[in-house]
Amino acid sequence: MKKIIATLTAILAMGFSSSFAGTLVINTDLTDPAPKAAFEWAFNKFQEENPDVTIEVNNFDHEGYKQAIRNFLTTSPPDVFNWYAGNRMLPFVRAGLVEDVSDIWSDTGWVDGNLTEGMSHAKKPMTIGGKQWGIPYTYYQWGVYYRKDIFEANGISVPTTWDEFVAACATLKAAGVTPITIGSKYLWTTAGVFDYLNLRTNGYEFHMALTKGEIPYTDPRVHAVFDKWDELVKPGYFLENHASLAWQEAIPPMINGEAAMYVMGNFSVALFKEGGLTNDNLGFFQFPEITPGVPMAEEAPTDTMHIASGAKNKTDAKRFLIFLSRADVQEEMNKTLGQLPVNSGSKVDPDPFLEAGLNMLNNAYAMAQFYDRDAPAEMASEGMKGFQEYMVNPDRRDKILERLEKVRQRVYK
Amino acid sequence: MPDSTQITYRKSSWWKLNQQRLTPWIFLFPGLLLFLVYVIWPIFNSLYISLLQWDGLSPAIYVGLSNYIELLDDEYFYISLMNNLKWLILFMLAVPIGLGLAIFLNQTIFGIRLIKSLFFFPFVISQVVIGIIFSWFYNPRGVIGPFLDKLGLSNYAILADENFATYGIIFAGIYPQIAYCMILYLTGLNNLNTDQIEAGRMDGAKGFSLFKNIILPQLKPATFLAIVVTVIGSLRSFDMVAIMTQGGPYGSTNVLAYYMFETALSEYGYRMGYGSAIAAVLFTIMMFYILFFIYRMYQSEKKGL
Repeated sequence: MKKIIATLTAILAMGFSSSFAGTLVINTDLTDPAPKAAFEWAFNKFQEENPDVTIEVNNFDHEGYKQAIRNFLTTSPPDVFNWYAGNRMLPFVRAGLVEDVSDIWSDTGWVDGNLTEGMSHAKKPMTIGGKQWGIPYTYYQWGVYYRKDIFEANGISVPTTWDEFVAACATLKAAGVTPITIGSKYLWTTAGVFDYLNLRTNGYEFHMALTKGEIPYTDPRVHAVFDKWDELVKPGYFLENHASLAWQEAIPPMINGEAAMYVMGNFSVALFKEGGLTNDNLGFFQFPEITPGVPMAEEAPTDTMHIASGAKNKTDAKRFLIFLSRADVQEEMNKTLGQLPVNSGSKVDPDPFLEAGLNMLNNAYAMAQFYDRDAPAEMASEGMKGFQEYMVNPDRRDKILERLEKVRQRVYK
Repeated sequence: MPDSTQITYRKSSWWKLNQQRLTPWIFLFPGLLLFLVYVIWPIFNSLYISLLQWDGLSPAIYVGLSNYIELLDDEYFYISLMNNLKWLILFMLAVPIGLGLAIFLNQTIFGIRLIKSLFFFPFVISQVVIGIIFSWFYNPRGVIGPFLDKLGLSNYAILADENFATYGIIFAGIYPQIAYCMILYLTGLNNLNTDQIEAGRMDGAKGFSLFKNIILPQLKPATFLAIVVTVIGSLRSFDMVAIMTQGGPYGSTNVLAYYMFETALSEYGYRMGYGSAIAAVLFTIMMFYILFFIYRMYQSEKKGL
C-alpha cells in the first residue's frame, strides 16, 4: 500500500513539474563557432541544473536573424531570444514585443536579489522608459590594435594624446607604412572611428545627445569632430580603397606589415592571430585623449538576452535569464567567447587583450554601445553612409553634414 | 421516375450549351487565382503601404503622399534612377556582342559543341558566384591589379570608386547576359532558311549586305527575344549590386530595386512606406515597358492571324 502511494506521489510530482516547467524555446543567431560552443555549454549546464526543463534551440544565420527576428517576434514568439542593448532593441520594446524583466533587476529580485548585483553598471543600456528589458551576458572593448614591432622599428611609443597619435601616423606614413587600416564596405567600421573621435572630443553626454537626435549634425561641435578626422583623412593615413573592403579584408595589410593600426573591437584578435600575429607583435591601446579634461568613455557593445512578450513559458525564461546573469556562468561562457563577462563577479581569462580591455572598461567614465546601436536604425544607416563618403571625399563634409541634418529632422520627428 | 431523368437531361444540356464558353475559364481559374493573390493584390497593397509611415511592427500612420514628396528630394533616389538607366543602356550591348559570338561560333569544325558550351557556361553559373568572382578580380590584390599597376593605376579598386563602380558591376552582369543572347542567336541561326540565302547569293549579295538584308531579318524573332530578356535582366540588377557593393560606396551604385530593399527590408531599413513608394516608381517605369511589350505582341499576333 505504501509503495503504491509513493509511486502515485511520484507520478503526480512528475506530472506537476512537467506541466509547471516544460519546454523552453530559445531563438539565437549563434552560428559562429565560439558563440555556438559557449551557448551549448550554457544550455547543457542549465538543463543539468533544471532537469525539468527541455531546451529547444532555433539557430538562425547571423545576417538572416536580423530579418527573421521581426517575423518571429510578431508571428510565433519564442520564450527567449538574443539581441543587442541600447537603441537596437527600442523598436521591439516600443511595439510591445519584449517582456519587461525589471523584477530580475530589482533589489528584491525575482528569485535571489543579489544575483544581479555585479551587473548594476550595465543596467543603463538595458533600460528604456525606466524599465529593464533583458540581461547582458557579454561585451567587448573597442580600441586601437597595433603592430608592436612596427612601432618599435620606427621608434614610436604608444600614443596617449592626439598630437602623439597624429605624429605617430606621420612617422609611419613617411616610413612607407599605412598608419591605419580599415575596411568600410559594410560601413560600420567608420562609425567606430567617428564614435571615438566624438567621445574624445565632446564626451559621452554629447555622444548620447547626438545619437538621441538632440543635436543638429551641423553643430560646430560635430564639425570639431570632423576637424580632427581631417587630420587623419587628408594626409591619407587610412588604407586606400577601404570602401571596397570588408573589415576582415583590411586585416591582411596589417598582418603583412603594410599597415600598423586598426580601430576595432576585440573580436578582431582571433583573426589577427589566425593570420600569424602573436602577443609579441600585436598590441592594444586605448584611443588617445583629444580634448584634455573630457572624461574617457569607451565603446563596449553589449550582447543581450530577452524574453518575448508572447512567450509561452515565461517562468523558465526568467530562470534562464537569471542563470545567464550569474557570475560563474558568464565567466565560463566568456572564456569560450573570448570576450568580457558583464558580471563584475566573474574572472577573466589571463589574456593580455581581455585584461587590457577589462582594465580599461573598469576605469571607463561611461560605456557607449556603438553609433549604430545608440542611434535609431534609419539615422545610423544614413550616418554611416555619410562617414564613409566623408572618408573618401573629405571635401564634401558640409554637404554630407547638411544631408545628415535633414535625415535627423525626419527621423526624430 | 421520369422527373429525375428530365432534370439530369436539363442539367447536361445547360453544361453542353455553355461548355465551350466555360472550359477556358475553368482551366484558367487556378492560374488566375495565383495571379490575383501573388501579383495583383501585392501591387495594390504596396501602393497602399506607400501612403503609410510604417516600420513593420508598430501601428501604421497614414501620411498621404509625403513619402513621394520626400522621394523627390532624395539624392540617393536620383542616383539609383540614373544607375538603372546606365544598366538599361549598357546591358543592350549584350545583344550585338551575343550576335557576334553566335555568328563566330556557328561553324562546323571539330569540337565546336564543346566550345559552344564553354561560351554558354557563364549563363549556367549563378549570378551570386559571378558577382563574388568579379569582386575578387576587381580587388587591387586580385587578378586585374597587376595589369592596372602597369597602366599606372596602382592600387585601383573600381568598386570603391563612386564614378566607375556601377560600370564595374554592369560589366560583371553583362558577362552571363552575352552568353544568353548568344544561345538565342545560335538557335536562330540554326533555323535560317537556306533557300533564301542561296537566292541572295545568286543575286550577288555578299558579306555584310548578305548579313544585313538576308540573315538579320530572319533573326528578327531572336533579336526581339534577346532584347526582351536583356531589358528584364537589366532591371533584375538587384543581385549583382547586393553581392558586389551593397549599393556602396555610399549609395553610388544603388539601383531602384536595391534601394527599395535597403530602405524597407535591410538591417537598418524599417521604412516600409518609403520602400513601397520606391517600388511604386519602379513599377510605373516597368509598366511603360510592359505595355509596349504587350502592344507589340498583340500587333504581331494580329498579323499572324
